[in-house]
Parts: sequence; structure tokens; C-alpha cells
Amino acid sequence: MPQPRNDRDDVIAATAEADLSLEVAESSHLLEELPPERLAWMLQKMCEIRYFEEKAEELYTRGLVHGTMHLSIGQEASAVGSTSALRPNDLIIHHHRGHGHTIAKGADITLMMAEFLGKEPGYCHGRGGSMHIADIPGGNLGATGVVGSGIPTAVGIALALQMRRSEHVLLCFFGDGAANLGEFHESLNMASIWELPVVFICENNQYGMSMSVRRSMNIEHISTRAISYGIPGETVDGNDALAVHQTVRAAVEHARSGNGPSLIENVTYRWRGHSKSDRNLYRTPEEIEAWKERCPIMRFKKALTEAGVMDEQEAEGIDQEAKATVDRAAEEALTFPEPSPEHMEDEVYAL
Amino acid sequence: MTESLLHREEKNENGKREISYLEAVREAMVQEMRRDPQVFLMGEDVGVYGGAFGVSRGMLEEFGPARVRETPISEAAIAGAATGAALMGMRPIAEIMFMDFITISMNQLVNQAAKIHFMFGGKASIPLVIRTPAGSGTGAAAQHCQSLEAWFMNVPGIKVVTPATPYDVKGLLIASIRDNNPVIFVEHKLLYRTKGSVPREPYTIPLGKAEVKREGRDLTVVAYSIMVPRALEAAEQLSAEGIELEVVDPRSLKPLDRETIVRSVCKTGRALIVHEAPVTGGVGGELAAVIADSEAFDFLDAPIRRLAGRDVPIPYNRTLERAAVPQVEDIVAAARALAQEGT
Repeated sequence: MPQPRNDRDDVIAATAEADLSLEVAESSHLLEELPPERLAWMLQKMCEIRYFEEKAEELYTRGLVHGTMHLSIGQEASAVGSTSALRPNDLIIHHHRGHGHTIAKGADITLMMAEFLGKEPGYCHGRGGSMHIADIPGGNLGATGVVGSGIPTAVGIALALQMRRSEHVLLCFFGDGAANLGEFHESLNMASIWELPVVFICENNQYGMSMSVRRSMNIEHISTRAISYGIPGETVDGNDALAVHQTVRAAVEHARSGNGPSLIENVTYRWRGHSKSDRNLYRTPEEIEAWKERCPIMRFKKALTEAGVMDEQEAEGIDQEAKATVDRAAEEALTFPEPSPEHMEDEVYAL
Repeated sequence: MTESLLHREEKNENGKREISYLEAVREAMVQEMRRDPQVFLMGEDVGVYGGAFGVSRGMLEEFGPARVRETPISEAAIAGAATGAALMGMRPIAEIMFMDFITISMNQLVNQAAKIHFMFGGKASIPLVIRTPAGSGTGAAAQHCQSLEAWFMNVPGIKVVTPATPYDVKGLLIASIRDNNPVIFVEHKLLYRTKGSVPREPYTIPLGKAEVKREGRDLTVVAYSIMVPRALEAAEQLSAEGIELEVVDPRSLKPLDRETIVRSVCKTGRALIVHEAPVTGGVGGELAAVIADSEAFDFLDAPIRRLAGRDVPIPYNRTLERAAVPQVEDIVAAARALAQEGT
């Protein structure tokens, strides 16, 4: 008679041997096609995201942060690969694990850090915090904290773009957990029948908090759900910035040409816990280490240097400059004033 | 508005133009859509069908399917799409076919639409109107008859409007469309066919401005939506007995015109609050607290009374349905008793 196992063993057994079977788009030609300064920008943004989040963690540990945070360390290629396929005035809407998208859309890191610290000069004057950073003039229409809530809102943003005959498109980021919400179904269907200029980007980081995708759905690739809406669906190695760029660019062009939405699944992995309460009881250290081997920043640096876009010294220079940018931002933001609670009621309604 | 959309138009004895509450809703939408290209209507069956109650009949022909936009049965996505379009500066009017179905829209309305302006530090706004028919009296039972306005009063960032007359519904709807915030606009199904004098030209009634619908010295009835005509009828009956009711209609519950309510209670010394939604946790508790917390407290000659829906789902059977919410005779009885209390 087999020994009964506890729940934790079952969970780990079900998730440890995930076979991703990715259909990786051929993307190496991008190293020649994209301007070197664009590739350098991508590396810079990925490094800034990594250092921003490590700094966020440090500030939290030092007791300088009031709320929680959701780190996307390990997912940098998904954010940067996606936004690098956009034109400057294109739009994004994203989610609680959103520091990466915000930086990748070109936000000012000092104002982001100020928002993270709840300071008055922050992007949302300290009213939003880590989970709700928006940079409206920069085309970042905000991060939503309720899983999946940005997806229906995205339908309306794209509807406005279409009704105004805008040439711009919207990227809507959400996670694997959000793909199981009713709102996901209603929204992708509606965007499809109206042929809206939106690209739905599911960042499959393998877990909705502790719930593995292997346990939460019975399909191999979330992108196959696109079939039920009659729209293109693609799964891509979300730790390969160039592969993400290639796939998202195709979807963006599809949308910009008036052909409607697509569903892209960036397969990636979050190295850190869901939030600060996470004790990693649902996965093994070996699994985390295996994914660290696939570090998106290391991979991108390697691709750039092997292709001769830059040498290792140049790559390291970009890396260290990103670190210095984040350090300066944190130092400055810590000196910023706190908001005043006096007139909060006057801020609830727009004039 | 094309004349065909208003074929029921009549004139009253004073030569004033009379249309129904339903036609006044339509006229407000049509006039605003003609004035402002950012305004559009979306919802289930709002096009060829003309909406479940016929409110948007004829609008598809004038404005076309992009601006009279039919949606699948997807209340979450309707509310979300309206929120997103509003975030971009459009002015969507989304129809939720029955207020009961707004439960499916709640996440988008409460967590997105209501929060975005504040949460993003005032850098975005959501000029959105959710129009939704509420209330009982149609025999549609527990899932098509609710009055859920109290829920939204407890959500900062949302406005709640509850018009009672054709004149009010037109002016309040135009004001709501021009407002830069999410507005839950509650239309009562039994009011759709009621008629009243409505100017042809567009006009606005500011949100947060109550109206004294009838002046009286003995007792203040605070009532909104369907309970306004019922309170006015009760007032006529009691007037014959020598009891004069003052009927105050807040017209919008959020923002709320505390001043007009308090001033009336200071005058009469008695307050009866009447609404259709269930009494427990309802709007009446808030209105009673507003009065009790004010200078009117010193003028009260009797306790503040509430007459509201009973704490039951709306039943199907006609007798049970009538018994579940205040009727004219209930208001007469409650007001008569309160007028005699403490004397």
C-alpha cells in the first residue's frame, strides 16, 4: 500500500516537472535588425527593473516601506520585450506586479520610488503606492490591484482608440491567475467581436500566489484559449526579450492594422514570493534555482555580446549605470515630503 | 429629436409640453449625443430592440451602431469597457438592463471606476453614467426587482442619482452625463410611463440639490424615486384630514443635500423617511442619522421614523409583492401616526 503523502508533496510533484514545450519564435535576426541603441535601451530598462526591485526589497527590509510589494524579479524580459515593440504614444494597462511595466514604458524612476515610499511628489501623490503606479502622460494607464481587473477596462480603452480612429494600440498585461476569471472571458470575447486594437499579454509566471497553473487549469498553453475568441494566440519564452519583442510586435501590427486583438502568453517565472507574506511552501528551492539559470538579463547580455552588438565591458557599463540611477532615485525620494491628510475628501471626485 | 421618437407628446391644460419619464430619459441621451461626440450609449439590446424597456428606441437609426453599441450579455465587460472609455475621455452611458445585474459589474464599478481618480493622485477621471432600471411592481420577482442604491452610497468616488419625475430625470441625466465622475443613475420601472411637463430644450439639474416637492407644516417626508409620487398622493389624502405633509426629494443620494432636509425638519419637527429598498442597512438609516446629527434634533417633537421595504427578497405573488414595499396607504398610516406622536 503506498504511503499517503501530505498536500505539500502533491503540490510540488504536480508542478516541479513542468514541461513548457515552448514554440520559440526565431528572433536572432533582431540583433541585426534593431538599432544598437534600441538594444542597449532594452538592456538598460531590464537592469533598472532588477535594481529597482532589489532596492525596493532593501528599503522594505530596512522598515522604510509601509505597504506590501509584488516583485517581478526574473520577469524583466516580459515587460521590456513587450513595450519595446510599441511606438512612443501607444498605451499600456497592467497589474499589481507592475514595477517592470512602468519602467519599461519609460517612467521616471525617482517619481516611481517616491510613489513606492508613499511620498507626495510620487506619481500618484502617495495615494496609490506600489500596486497602483500610473503615468498617464507617459501612456501607462495604471496598475490594478484586483487580479484581472485591468482586462475589462482595457476593452474600453481600446474602444476609445477605435472610436477616435487613433493609430495607437494598447498592451494589456495580466497574469496566469487572471486567465481563470470570468472577466477574462467577457473581455476577450468583446474585444474580438469589436476588433479592438489591444494585445492581451498573459505573463504566465507559473503561480497565482501559491496555485500552480498545473493545478488551476487543464491546458498546456494559456494562449490556446484564443481559439474560443477567434483571435491569434501565441506562447513565447517570456525570459527571451527578443522572442517576446518579435511576438508582441507581430500582435501590435495586427492590432494597428485594424485586425483586432491577440492573446500572447509570456512564459516566465517569479523568483521572489508572491508578496512579503510568502514562505515558498508550494515550490522547491531546486525549481527556483533552475529558473534562475534562465535569467532573462544574463541571457540578453549574452546574446548582445555574442552577436557583437556590444562587448562585455559596455554591457557592464549599462548595468552599473542602471544601478546608479536607482540608487540616486532612492536617495532623493527618501528626502521627499509626506502627503498631508487634511483635504483627502476633496480629492475623491473630479471637478 | 426627430418627431417620430416623441409621437406620444401631448400638452397639458396649461399648454405645457408633456412627455413620459421614459421619453425624457431618451431625450436627454439624444440631445447630449447630438451635442457631444464623446457621448455614446452601450448595453445589452439597446439597438434594434430599443432596450429591454424601450428607452433607446429609435436611437440606433439616428446615431448608428458605433454610438448605440449593442453588447453581448457581459455585465462585467460592459462596466469595464465603459470605465476604460471614460478613462480615455469619452463619456459613455452604459445601460445595465436590470439593477439586479449590476452585481456582475461590481468589481469594475467599485474597484476601478470609483477608485481611479483618487488612487492615481487626481491625474485621471472617469466621466461615466450607468443607467439602470430598478424597483418592484412588475411581477418579475426576486432577481429583477431590487433597489441596490444603498450599496453605492458607501463607496467614495461614486455618485448616486434617483430621479422621480420626467422633469427631474431629463435634467439630472444631462447633468450626470456632463459630470466627470462615475454616476449610478437609478430609473424606476414603474415611473417610465408617468408623464409630466418637460421643456424641449436641454437643461441641467445640479447633483446634490434636493427639491421640496410639496410644502407642509406638520411633518417632513423624505422620499426618492417611486416613493415621491406615492408620498405626494398620501399627502393629498392626509390634507383632507388636516395633516399637511412636506415632501422633500433629495433627487441625488450622493452627493446629498443635507441642508434642505434639515431645514424642512427644523420647520415641521417630524421626519418620516420612505424608500423601497429593504430597511436594514438602507438609505433611511443614513438619512435618519443626518437629521439626528443636525440642528434639527432640537426641533424634533417625535422620533425619526423609517418606512421602507421589508427585509425580504421581492416576492412574485402580487399581494406579497405589494406588501413587501411601501404603498400609498402605508405612507398615509405611518404619517398619520407620526403626526399624532408626542402631541
